Amino acid sequence: MSKTVLDVKGLNCPLPILRAKKAIKDIATGSVLEVIATDPGSVKDFDAFCRQTGNELVSQKEAGGVYTFEIKKGA
Amino acid sequence: MAATGKSMSLIVTKGTLDWAYPPFILATTAASMGLEVSMFFTFYGLTLLRKKLDLRVTTLGNAAMEMPMMGMHMAMPNLMGAMPGMESLTTTMMKNLIKKKGVASIEELRDLAVEAEIRMIGCQMTLDLFEYQPGDLIDGIELAGAATYIETATKSDINLFI
Repeated sequence: MSKTVLDVKGLNCPLPILRAKKAIKDIATGSVLEVIATDPGSVKDFDAFCRQTGNELVSQKEAGGVYTFEIKKGA
Repeated sequence: MAATGKSMSLIVTKGTLDWAYPPFILATTAASMGLEVSMFFTFYGLTLLRKKLDLRVTTLGNAAMEMPMMGMHMAMPNLMGAMPGMESLTTTMMKNLIKKKGVASIEELRDLAVEAEIRMIGCQMTLDLFEYQPGDLIDGIELAGAATYIETATKSDINLFI
């Protein structure tokens, strides 16, 4: 399973979501996009984004103010 | 990504640097979440469609506006905000904050809205009223009136007036 990494550190709402949406478009169904962000608001937002778009939020973790999300592209 | 079949419409009535944000943020985000989005630009909102944006913000009449400064929050009395040069100063401060905090510029959000194929409708009456030409606006703008908006709103799941 391939993984693409998207770095949106330093970007604020709504750019992390908009960049992620663009990146997801370019990967294959079932592939994983790893998003690295510093916007604390992105925690709830990626949750909502994934629920709404049919992608799966596989994992999310925080370390030292950096948030990492793994999003698996849905069909 | 599959479209959700949901849709949203927004009426955009304000053209200042601060008030330009909510409609463009919500519209681009909704589009990224699979909603079909229409924006109807009327009155001062129509200026947000001009080719060259020169958005400004003033503290006048905005008692809630405080700027972070040296660890504090500073508000400006109306009398000071009315002095020559204060609007430029406030606008520059706001633009610097926007850049520093990684917030997108309105130009950037508008480009993303165009790219997301958001339907943008300019109010024909406003165009006539303020004597703008269709050529003053960015390409791809539909010009129409209230009935077009109402028809769009009737079919939309979310309708916002900003």
